[in-house]
This record gives sequence, C-alpha cells and structure tokens, in this order.
Amino acid sequence: MNYLMSAFTGLTIVVILIPLGSILYTAIVNGGAAVISPGFFTESPGLPCSSSSGQTCHLGGVAPAISGTLVLISLAALIAVPIGVSAAIYVVEFGRNRPLGRFISSVADVLSGVPSIVAGAFVYALFYAYAPAIAFSALSGALALSVLMIPVVARTSEEALRTVPNAMREAAVALGIAKWKSTLRIVLVTALPGVVTGVLLSVARAAGEAAPLLLTAFGNPHGFQGLNLPVEAMPLQIFVFATSPFANWKELAWGMALVLILLVLGMSVVSRLVIQRLAARLQGG
Amino acid sequence: MANTFPTPTGRLRPPARWGDRIFHALVGAGGFALVLLAVALIAVLWSGSEPTSSRYGVSFLWRTQPWNAETDAYGAAPQIIGTLVTSAIALLLAVPLSVGAAIFLTQQAPRWLRGPVAQVIELLAAVPSIVFGFWALVVLVPIMRYQIEPTLKVGLGWTGLFSSTPIGLDYLTASVVLAVMVVPTITAISRDSIAAVPRDQREGALSLGATTWEASSRVIVPYARSGIFGGVVLGLGRALGETMAVTLTIGNNNYLPVSLLSQGQTLASLIANEFTEASGKSELSALIEAGLVLLVITFLVNVVARFILHRFEVSGGNRE
Amino acid sequence: MDHLSAFYGTKRAVEDLSLRIPNAGVTAIIGPSGCGKSTFIRCLNRMHETAPKARVEGSVRLDGEDIYALEPTMVRRRIGMVFQRPNPFATMSIYDNVSAALRFNSRARRAELDAAVLRSLQQAALWDEVKDTLDAAATSLSGGQQQRLCIARAIAANPEVILMDEPCSALDPISTAKIEDLIFALKKEYTVVIVTHNMQQAARVSDFTAFMYLGKLVEFGPTQSIFEQPKEKLTESYITGRFG
Repeated sequence: MNYLMSAFTGLTIVVILIPLGSILYTAIVNGGAAVISPGFFTESPGLPCSSSSGQTCHLGGVAPAISGTLVLISLAALIAVPIGVSAAIYVVEFGRNRPLGRFISSVADVLSGVPSIVAGAFVYALFYAYAPAIAFSALSGALALSVLMIPVVARTSEEALRTVPNAMREAAVALGIAKWKSTLRIVLVTALPGVVTGVLLSVARAAGEAAPLLLTAFGNPHGFQGLNLPVEAMPLQIFVFATSPFANWKELAWGMALVLILLVLGMSVVSRLVIQRLAARLQGG
Repeated sequence: MANTFPTPTGRLRPPARWGDRIFHALVGAGGFALVLLAVALIAVLWSGSEPTSSRYGVSFLWRTQPWNAETDAYGAAPQIIGTLVTSAIALLLAVPLSVGAAIFLTQQAPRWLRGPVAQVIELLAAVPSIVFGFWALVVLVPIMRYQIEPTLKVGLGWTGLFSSTPIGLDYLTASVVLAVMVVPTITAISRDSIAAVPRDQREGALSLGATTWEASSRVIVPYARSGIFGGVVLGLGRALGETMAVTLTIGNNNYLPVSLLSQGQTLASLIANEFTEASGKSELSALIEAGLVLLVITFLVNVVARFILHRFEVSGGNRE
Repeated sequence: MDHLSAFYGTKRAVEDLSLRIPNAGVTAIIGPSGCGKSTFIRCLNRMHETAPKARVEGSVRLDGEDIYALEPTMVRRRIGMVFQRPNPFATMSIYDNVSAALRFNSRARRAELDAAVLRSLQQAALWDEVKDTLDAAATSLSGGQQQRLCIARAIAANPEVILMDEPCSALDPISTAKIEDLIFALKKEYTVVIVTHNMQQAARVSDFTAFMYLGKLVEFGPTQSIFEQPKEKLTESYITGRFG
C-alpha cells in the first residue's frame, strides 16, 4: 500500500507536468519557425490563406500586435505602479497593525481575485457612461490592465517592504532623519528588488491578458494609432488568429504564444534571482 | 558642550514638517485609490446593468431561456450552471492531483528535487490563459473528441452523463483545461500548509510504526486540512473567473446542458463571446449584469478562502 | 529629568523618575531585566513614543529645554542612540552609513562629509580597519565592527548626548572590550548614557551609576560609591549578585 501510494503521488507530478511539456512542445514546434523568421517582429500579418489553396503563403509578422502590447503594458504600469506602491507604503509605514492599514491590505488581496473579463467590463461600462467615444481605445485597454495590475503590485510591494528589518527604520529615526526621507531613500531602496520584481511579474501577466482587451482595446490592424483609438495586442491577436481557419495566421498565433511563454518564463527566472540576491544582501556579513 | 566638529546647525533646517505631511497625504491617496477602485468596480457595474436589472430583478439569475439578442430576452441561469459545473469538475480533477503532488514534494521527494519541481509547477501558473486555450484547441480537443470522450460514452454511458455527441468542445473539455490551470495554485498552497505541519507530528507517527503513506494520510494531511481547503477554495476562485481558455473550449451554446458533453457557456465566456457583437444598450446592460454576478461570486469565494487561510495560519500552522 | 513616567498602553514601565545626568562623562543605568531601563533611555531621545500605544508623562530637559516641547527629529539630532544589535543600513557602504545623518539632514558638501567620516571612524576606533574599503558594503563587516560603525554613525550626526542601549550584549568579549575602551575615550567630548545588564562593565566604564528596579530609580551616585558603599539595601543585594 505504501508503495502504491508513493507511486501515485509521484505519478501526480508526472501528470501535472505533461500539459506543461505539451504546451511548450506545441508552441515551439508550431511557432518556432515563425518567431525566427526575418519579418516576425517588423511586418504586419500576411493576407489570410490556407495551405490547401496551393499558393505560397506569406507569413508576415506581428509588429502591430507587439507594438500595441508594449504601449498598453507601459501605460498600464505607469498607472498601476504609483498607486500600488503608494498603497503598500501607506500600509506598512503608516498603517502597520492598525485597522485602516489592515483594511487596505485586505482590499488589495480581494481585488487580486477579480476576473480579468470583469475588469474589462468595468472599464467599458465606465467609459460607456462618461466617455463613449473612446470606449474602445488604447487608453481604456491600459486602464483595464491596470485594474488587474494594481492589486498585484500593492501586495508584492507590501511584502517587500515588510522584509525590511525594523531595526533599520529605528536607526534612521534615531539619527533624526525625516520620515519621508528615510522611507523613500532608505527603506524603499532596501525593498526595491522585491518591488521591482512584483512590478515585472504583474507586467508579464498583463502582457498575456486577452479578456479585458476584448472589451476595451478591441484590436486594430495598424497597431498603435493613438490613445483614443483601438489598438492591437498580442493576446487579442492570438485569439482571433487561433480561431481562424488560415494556416499562416495560426502559425503567427503560435509564434506569439511562444513569445508570451518565453516572456513569462524569463520574468519568473529573473524574479527568482532577484529575490535570492536580495536575501543575500540583507544578511551580508 | 565640547565638540570637535564645527556644528552645521546653521545649515540644518528644522525638519520640513510639510515634507512629512505631503508624503503622508500622497501615500494615503494611493491607499485611498485602491479602496476607491474596489468601490467603483461594484458601483459602475451595478449602474451599468440597468435597465436589465430593473427589468428582471433577481430572476435574472434563474431565467433559463437561451440568451437571445434578437428577441431581447436574457437570463443567466445556463451560464451560472456552466460556471459552477465546470469549476466543480475542474476541482474534482485537480484536487487529488494537487494534494498528491504536494505530499510528494514535501514528504517523499529527495531534497534536491523539491525546489526545482515546485518551481516548474509554478511556471504552469504563469502561462497566459489564451495560450492554454489555444493549446487546448489544437491538442486537447482532438484527443477528447476522438479518444477520451467516445471511451467514456461507451464505458460510462449508462450514467447518462455522456449522452451528447462528442465533438470535443464541451463542458468536459473546458473542465479539464480549468483543472490544469488551477493545479499550480492548489499545489502551492497545499505544499505550504503541509510544510507548516510541525515535525513532531510526523516523527510521532513514524515512531509508532506508521508507513510514510499512513503518516501522511492520517496525521499530516489532516493537520494541514484547513490550509489545504483554503487553497482549494482559492483555486475555485481562479477557475470561476477564467475566461479565454474556457471560451475556446466550451462550445458557445446558451442552452441548458443535457450532459457533460453538451456545449455550454460560462458567465465569463458569455461576456467574451457576445460582447463584440452586442447590439444596443439592452444587451450590453445584460452582459454587464452577468459580469456583476460573476464578480460577486468570485468575490465571495475569495473572501471565504482568505478567511480560512488566515485562520489556519493563526491557529494551526506555524509559518516557520 | 523630573518626575518622568513612561507607559506602554496602560502599563507603567517607568515610574516617577527624577534624575539629573551630569555633563560630559559616562552614566550607567543598571538593573535586572525588565526594570525599565531600556524604556527609560528611549524616553531620552523620544524613541519611546514610536512604540504602539506608548505614552510619557513628566518632562525631560536638555540644557534646560523640555525635549518634549521640541520637534522630535530635532531632538534626535542632538541626542543620538546606539542599539543593542548593530543595525547598519544594509544597502549602503561604510562611508554612506557613517555620513548618513549629514547627508540626509543637512546640505554638507563632499569635503565636509569626508572630514566627518574620518573623524567619526577614528573616534569609534574603526578607521584603521576600514580606511581602504570605505565603499564596501556595511554588511560585510563583523558584528563588533558593525557596532562600532553604528557608533561612528551616531557620532557623525554631531550629538550632544549619546545614548547606548546595551551596546555590547550581542557581541563577543574582544569586541566588547574594544567598545568599552572607545566609550572611555568618548566621554571627554560627549555625555554618554549607557544601559547595561553587565555590572562589571558599568563599574569599569562609567563615572556615575543609576540603579533601577521595577521601574523606579533606587539609587544614583558616583560609580565608586554605588559599588563600594551603596546606600540602599536593594542596591547592595543587586550588586552582590543576590538577584537579577
């Protein structure tokens, strides 16, 4: 019995890893060629064609989607980071163990569970009521993404700030340094690797979100044309291309999927390294 | 006072009180914005769901006729059922896998293996939903359609659960994808919970002659059960809100399901599918109301999850 | 200070203490654990009030001014503190740590910072050991060195009084001896108040000693007379090791 169950638990690991392996494999096999093709990052997608029609298919690239994604996540980060980090600073430096601080922290926790499509619906409804002309725009898309990013940034920044030992804050107080200076230039600097990691992770997540963008950024064959106009993004384009019957589009979709997977993988690795270095630095000696 | 330094008191400004005040106000504003966001979320969705909400009131939740933009008749029951059923089956599949994996990682795996494998599993959590959906469409759906579902139909057809024609896009496939997506979450939390069980519990069990499996199943896991349960509920919260992967695999059908192989719809996939063609304020407000319902459901589930986890941390598990 | 009482919430940790600390010289505060000496010393530079639900009654005067009527940050620039465990700023170099107070609190120029760092490190008996590696991370130093770094950092802020809360309790005997030597040297220029649970240390290093028990001041006087001819029975019991 013992061996049976040990085998079972070992088997669960294998079963879990199978889909992961399959996803990676499929992405590389189906999209690898596209990603390394010369025009992938610079051209627009080729005209739709299916392999059965016999003509040579032009693959093209996904430049509009890539530039759109870059614009969206940059804008979203610009909104989310100040809000998230400030909230975290407030909770840890001013509200620690006090009811208001704990409340804000709980709100951030709960907000991080908001489904991505609901974030999109929220932003859409907001614009529809107050600014319908730009409901489908880069701006609304960025806002929807920031709704998803703010709680993550707030929570990871809060954790990072909490790891700064109190002794350091006491040392700064004892030297007569003003609180705002000591918080920004000593405490935050010490916590910075953790904060930056949180930001990068939330950016990576936002880069892969399609649902909120369906309702806001909407898609645009020409890429970014202005904050007030719809814009393309990688996850959106994957959705459209994946459900189309065209071989070259599907290949492009896999290429983008591969890019997203590598992005996310890269962020995870980087964040782990940063956390390790941070821990080492704080212990020093 | 004797001091060898020239005192720079001349240059020492009285600490800018306003510096601290402004700082306090700014970061307070950040915290306020966070709370405001939560409030706005509910408020905007609520008002956006007019006129549908006043038209149907609470019956929106149980009207079962299919969503029909042309006849302007809406009801969310099929989608609510879709959401709940797919999540439930996903958990049914995911929990044994996750808890088993967690046990393996904390009790049995050689130490050098634990970290890397755990990290690889967490990688699964980071894969975007759309990529999952795409992969499911290309890899999973054919397998379901041509191999697994016919087998189930033959073997378990008597249960009536598999009566529809298998085409691969259905409740079952969507549930399987959800299960895969939710496993990393449950595994991670279960792992933490089990690791937090004090060593003396395990040692006590082993010293009484229990095998590792008996020690795990009868002593350790029960000790960690509220933490594990919290993780499961958290995973449920994730599953409920999943959109893209489900949209691509569930079949986009607004009727009540007949079997596990029926095509269907969840609240999330409903919004994703219908939104881009939504005509007019009426349908839009109905979709937004669906979003509000989804928000409330996931909100409740998440609050419950965090409550359970918090209690577990406070009472049983010591985090170090 | 006069009639100082300090509270944690409803708990009175220091009771009705009146004491005059002499200028220039080392005053030691001794007493068994929990007698309130740490709380007391933290009232002297207004650190106590940073604890949750902390309260102070009474007054503490520096050169005639009640420090509780002044801005806390100004008070702390004149009364510095060294803590039980060394707490250098982990992300900063040795140089940056020592010059921290000047860099943050004033607009001192580079040359002044250099001079201040030099003098502080010399006074803290650390200069020779680190003069070639001023840019190294502060955390690369040993425990004893880090504590001397914290002392240098406190000195560089140009205080009138230096408070030390059991500065050697986390250190090995050799580092402890070095720090005791440096306290001895410091007393020529600064008023030092040191809390210690080590009576021998108090006897070695201080000019005046105060003995506290259960939040109250039991006896205060020149170190020699406290140790050789204590007036109170309680003091005598503590010193002869009958408790604490």
